[in-house]
Amino acid sequence: MTSPLWGAMARLAGRRLLFAVPVLLVVTFGVFAIAAASPFDPVKAYAGAAALGADEQTLDRLRANLGVDQPFTARWWHWLTSALSGDFGESSVMRQPVAQVVGERLVWSALLCTVAFAAAVPAGTVLGVLAARRPGSVLDRAVTSLAYSLEAAPVFWLALLAIWLFSLRMGVLPAGGLTDTASERVTAGQVASHLVLPAGVLAVSQLPWFTLYVRQGVGDALAEDPVRGARARGLSERAVLLGHALRSGLLPVLTLVGSRVPELITGALLVESVFSWPGIAAATVEAATAVDFPLLAALTTLATAAVLVGNLLADLLYGLFDPRVKFSDM
Amino acid sequence: MTCDAPAAQETVWRSYGTKGRSTRTLRVRTSAVLVAATVLAVLLVPPLVRLDQQAVDLAAKLLPPSRSHPFGTDDLGRDLLLRCVYGLRVSLLVGAAAAVTATVVGTAVGATAGALGGWIDRGIMRLVDTVSSVPHLLLGIFVVAMFRPGVWPVIVSVALTHWLSTARIVRAEVLSLRSRPYIDAAVSGGASRWRVAVRHLLPAVLPQAALAAVLMVPHAMWHESALSFLGLGLPTHTASLGTLIQGARGSLLAGQWWPTLFPGLFVIVPTLAIAGLAGAWRERINPRRRSELML
Repeated sequence: MTSPLWGAMARLAGRRLLFAVPVLLVVTFGVFAIAAASPFDPVKAYAGAAALGADEQTLDRLRANLGVDQPFTARWWHWLTSALSGDFGESSVMRQPVAQVVGERLVWSALLCTVAFAAAVPAGTVLGVLAARRPGSVLDRAVTSLAYSLEAAPVFWLALLAIWLFSLRMGVLPAGGLTDTASERVTAGQVASHLVLPAGVLAVSQLPWFTLYVRQGVGDALAEDPVRGARARGLSERAVLLGHALRSGLLPVLTLVGSRVPELITGALLVESVFSWPGIAAATVEAATAVDFPLLAALTTLATAAVLVGNLLADLLYGLFDPRVKFSDM
Repeated sequence: MTCDAPAAQETVWRSYGTKGRSTRTLRVRTSAVLVAATVLAVLLVPPLVRLDQQAVDLAAKLLPPSRSHPFGTDDLGRDLLLRCVYGLRVSLLVGAAAAVTATVVGTAVGATAGALGGWIDRGIMRLVDTVSSVPHLLLGIFVVAMFRPGVWPVIVSVALTHWLSTARIVRAEVLSLRSRPYIDAAVSGGASRWRVAVRHLLPAVLPQAALAAVLMVPHAMWHESALSFLGLGLPTHTASLGTLIQGARGSLLAGQWWPTLFPGLFVIVPTLAIAGLAGAWRERINPRRRSELML
């Protein structure tokens, strides 16, 4: 690792951050514009059933209190300036500050996604390498067909079937939640047993693309000259596969992980809501059902930021692993 | 679901000799049969079969699959096979409507960016990049939440999140066409910018756009069923594949698996069939880049 490389990486990260600012500005502006164009009335959402009996005067006063009598551009600017100081407003469905909701739940989502990825990457590598070894073989076709079928299957459907199989039929794993309903404290053992199913389903939903990319990458690498050279030198099939083909085939795939953040968020959204996992994605669904605009706006911004970070990570890893790529070109 | 995944996807599908070719033919034929069966079932069953999908028969509720009810019955005694066909019909219609809308918008935007070039092109593509930084389902959820669930918000929300990939494909195609001699000939023949775009560029772009539209239908179906499943899509009394799975949650927790299993299969099978057929179509219109079957 020479220092010019780190400098180049830092410059790339800096450039991306500069690009991220207008993206986040436009996205938040769009969020406020969509809300302004919708028939949704924030005052009625705030007051709930009490708004039905209230007269116009009270509603207007409430509007002025909430600041929603201003044009949406002014509200957007106000939201943006207070968001910079960490104040994202008050969530009406959770009755808590948005920042607190996000802070409490982010940990659980991060745990779920990390465990799922930690399971999906080795499993996908093994399946992909097995399939790539003999293209067109029964094993290859089985793995490929399974991967395409899983890719087409809705995640929430897989989650429900997993609940049916593992919680109801076999009774080995809990069907949802973070802990047992009777337990009052969050213990590591409880969380671990409740984590297996959601993380497993999320891993299975991320498995197909990873397996197919590994299969393609290793398969291509097996046809290249270095592998042919290794075979000609009389290296064992194992050494050829693991030492040469896997190394050059896997690295580009690993770097793609960062660019799959949107799919991961989508999967987490569905898995968390099926398993009542108290993460941030399940909160999105609750917020949407209750039209909790402050929470939705913050979560959309957060997800966009996560996608941008993922893209940056993918580019950085790509440049780090592939010496032919120049950071100054990206 | 990798509609606009990075270009690494466009890798070459190695041909495995005659064995591989016959597998491919088999796959295409199976896909064609399945797509035809789906379309026929969706078009013909409702008008021809005089059965009411909403017919409630509480005496026959939650029957497991049998000869008279091949898919079993749901918690109100409604026949699941019939419900699934009706659900597929709704999901396909919503998916197709969303895919057409997204393709029209994406083609218009992409062709404009590609044909005009310069700062307009850069601006438009920056906007496309920006919108695609928001996870699709999340943006869809936001739109539906703000406009209250229903058929039209769902179509708009799916279309709004899916035009981006079409815009990119069409723009790339227009850019590669712009330097062809026949375009130069048209320009030097005095054709206006508009005429070049509509008469010469657009027809050449259409096959790619149509292919993107077909590949988008399963995506849109998937998106609709996810929204409906979360209770943010179609109203629960409208049978769509998403609402069917959503409605089956109660029975599933009571141990009945069939109301959940079959609607899911009705998502998977058409998705695979459409993808298989579209893959073959892509090989035909673009034989040099024989790309991998893509969902």
